[in-house]
Amino acid sequence: MIALIGMALIGAGTLFFIAGTVGLLRFPDLYCQLHALTKADGLGLALIGLGAALLSGSVGDIARIALICAFAALSGATCGHLIARHARRAGQEDADA
Amino acid sequence: MPDPLLVFDLILAAAVVGLALGALLVRDAFAGVLLFVVFGLLSALAWVRLAAPDVALAEAAIGTGLTGALLLKTLHHLRGDLAAWQSPPVAAASVPSALRWTNAALAILIVAGLGWAILGSPLRTTGLELLVADALPHSGVENPVTAVLLNFRAYDTLMEVVVLLAAVIVVWQIERGLDRRPAPDLGPVWQGFARLTLPAAAIVGVYLLWAGADAPGGAFQGGAILAATGLLVLLGGLYRPDPAHRPVARLLFVLGTVAFAGIALLVAAGSRVSFEYPQDQAKALILLIEGLLTISIAVTLMALFHGREPAAQHREIRHER
Repeated sequence: MIALIGMALIGAGTLFFIAGTVGLLRFPDLYCQLHALTKADGLGLALIGLGAALLSGSVGDIARIALICAFAALSGATCGHLIARHARRAGQEDADA
Repeated sequence: MPDPLLVFDLILAAAVVGLALGALLVRDAFAGVLLFVVFGLLSALAWVRLAAPDVALAEAAIGTGLTGALLLKTLHHLRGDLAAWQSPPVAAASVPSALRWTNAALAILIVAGLGWAILGSPLRTTGLELLVADALPHSGVENPVTAVLLNFRAYDTLMEVVVLLAAVIVVWQIERGLDRRPAPDLGPVWQGFARLTLPAAAIVGVYLLWAGADAPGGAFQGGAILAATGLLVLLGGLYRPDPAHRPVARLLFVLGTVAFAGIALLVAAGSRVSFEYPQDQAKALILLIEGLLTISIAVTLMALFHGREPAAQHREIRHER
């Protein structure tokens, strides 16, 4: 049962990654693309991490997965921020402007 | 029944080849670098699938992370200005056709030679695995990869470190001077990120070095991660290279090589071959070498990223006629 829930969570996580990728490919400007990518990937990563933690079962593995998720989420969000900030300073307009 | 991961492996292999082609063929150098980084990450994954976590770690830390940072820095340096992200289309290079055909012929020769070597090699042999497993108790460490790199085939590793040393010497010869521009202002979010990740990354680097004795890890992987913390420090302007620091830097560059070669020669003095560590001290010696190597590798990679000798230039060189 727990394994089933874990797999379902991982499946849901990959859906979010796919949604983020579609956003990256389809959205009109950099800021919208970043918005899709960072948010969807953050959620997808958390779901996959949760699923993997349910599947693993050992405390050490769960701690490692939690650490990986925390740092990946942290760096993903920071990277998104840095890219947007750089684009803003370089004078890149959004699509509405 | 076939391995359920076979499909995954096939997709992974196709993606690695596709990314390699993309990185080579794409016109925009920036896109090429990014494709190369993704290529490195996926090949690290491929190494994991091939049950070679040591290689995967090295590929991810050095082959992808630091090389990617070095390539991006080089690109920035070449273009002069970050605003010029979009490079002009590369003009068709006028390479003489004779040169092209010679290159093509040589490349085909190499591929043919490799193919011949692969097809001619015996299938499904264990290679040197059994020999290494037999000799492992004498090596002083429990990880066969570390035993090979630091004990059985230590010459190779010594030469790798010398290559790194040569690279930093050349870079310091080519470019000198101080970076007078202020450190780029990356903003408070980045500062918070650096504050959280710096200590964690430093711990991971030291852990990888220590774990190398009986698990995947070692001097190169640990050194690369410590160098990455160094990059964070350099990027944030927390440390600015100064001419007065050059003697210390030089000392740290050569530290690993000198200790490695010195221990090999000292061991050789006692009626042994060089690198034939006495068995009861092998672990301590390997750990000492690896520790010093890690410091050298980290500082060298950091200096390569900085990319110039921090020398004050008092006089302008004038060409008098």
